Amino acid sequence: MNTPTPKLDAEALYQSLVQQVKAGLAHTDNVAIVGIHSGGAWMAERLATALELKERLGFIDVSFYRDDYAEKGLHAEVKPTQIPFDVDGATILLVDDVLYTGRTTRAAINELFDYGRPARIMLAALVDRGGRELPIAADFVADTITLSEHQQLVLQRATDGRFSLTIDHA
Amino acid sequence: MLNPQLNKNGELQHLLTIEGLPKAIVTHILDTASSFVGISDREVKKVPLMRGKSVFNLFFENSTRTRTTFEIASKRLSADVINLNISASSASKGESLLDTIDNLSAMHADMFVVRHSQSGAPYLIAKHLIDTRQPHVHVVNAGDGRHAHPTQGLLDMYTIRHYKKDFTNLTVAIVGDILHSRVARSDIHALTTLGVPEVRVIGPQTLLPSGLAQMGVRVFTDINEGLKGVDAIIMLRLQNERMSGALLPSAQEFFKSYGLTTERLALAKPDAIVMHPGPMNRGVEIESAVADGAQAVILPQVTFGIAVRMAVMSILAGN
Repeated sequence: MNTPTPKLDAEALYQSLVQQVKAGLAHTDNVAIVGIHSGGAWMAERLATALELKERLGFIDVSFYRDDYAEKGLHAEVKPTQIPFDVDGATILLVDDVLYTGRTTRAAINELFDYGRPARIMLAALVDRGGRELPIAADFVADTITLSEHQQLVLQRATDGRFSLTIDHA
Repeated sequence: MLNPQLNKNGELQHLLTIEGLPKAIVTHILDTASSFVGISDREVKKVPLMRGKSVFNLFFENSTRTRTTFEIASKRLSADVINLNISASSASKGESLLDTIDNLSAMHADMFVVRHSQSGAPYLIAKHLIDTRQPHVHVVNAGDGRHAHPTQGLLDMYTIRHYKKDFTNLTVAIVGDILHSRVARSDIHALTTLGVPEVRVIGPQTLLPSGLAQMGVRVFTDINEGLKGVDAIIMLRLQNERMSGALLPSAQEFFKSYGLTTERLALAKPDAIVMHPGPMNRGVEIESAVADGAQAVILPQVTFGIAVRMAVMSILAGN
């Protein structure tokens, strides 16, 4: 069952996030953007255009670093991780659509360190839905909401590239 | 018939043969492999997926390349890999295959990679693990007798897909000693499963098994006819040990009739790729100029083989 979420205007939230990130990184050198598949990757693509960092854009699929592999096995659709810039010394903006338990962020950070030693990793998320299970916080976040563990917040991308958010009930 | 490859959820439990494997599983392995290819270029060439797992390489028959690539694949998945030199150990002291397996299981093995000169040996081990209720232990067939070499078949498919993108408009030729080749059998099953419309086998009558027509392939004894217009050529190693019998006159004769030369390669499509599972016999089944030529993708096959084996092992260990 899907419920449209009129109060969560994904486009407005995205624009707010862009402004926060622009202000926050205005005086930082050697910035690169890495989106976590799949929602975070869509956002990272648009952010890289907005920040004129298209040459410094990467994507990460955390399937090989997940902590639930022993229980759930390998994810059905693994996409290649692509990090086309030098990670050593970079300030990496990690982008995810929804921040929840923090386990995906943990996996993504671990994977980045297998490419080199970044100067700094920052986290941008469209929505923080609470429920953290690890000591992780976003540096940039457009909205914070509370959902039950039976609900799932899903980012969608229309053919014209515009975002929308829906809440799925398990 | 019992298909011990799949568990009750239809997931891959063991990889024994490509025959009968659903297309979705074959495609999933190839897709997953493409995500592993890039790992070899990173500063840390490892992912933590199989951390804490023990992989036993059981090579009852000699192999350098296959054993090494399985070892590298295991290590890049962070597994602990143990190579057993079987000929110098228990088997020569009279221990049975399944007793060896039980002993290694008692050492908490998570995966067996098995190469055996007897067709069906990996199947026997997989069945034994099911009978003794050890669903957490997985078997990968690394070549059994004349039967199957599924990871070679899969890496060949990965290579073809890498260069040709789509299987559904291809003509692929397999050339040489088809009769004794487990690679040929695995390739034929894989190509058919993935929807290749025309699979050809080319070889002398004495090295062609019966029943090829039922496998859906076109048979050629004239290489010049068989290579016309093909997109990919899979050369097979001419196994020297076959030469002693009455099957072949000599290596020189074989090269004259079936060796892949520059002139013969010109009969294929201009962008045709040349593959070989190795080890190559230059001047027997393939001319040096072709093996080192622009159309040869023999070394990329080796590189892709590591990624494909990582995909197989990580999918199995997670199921």
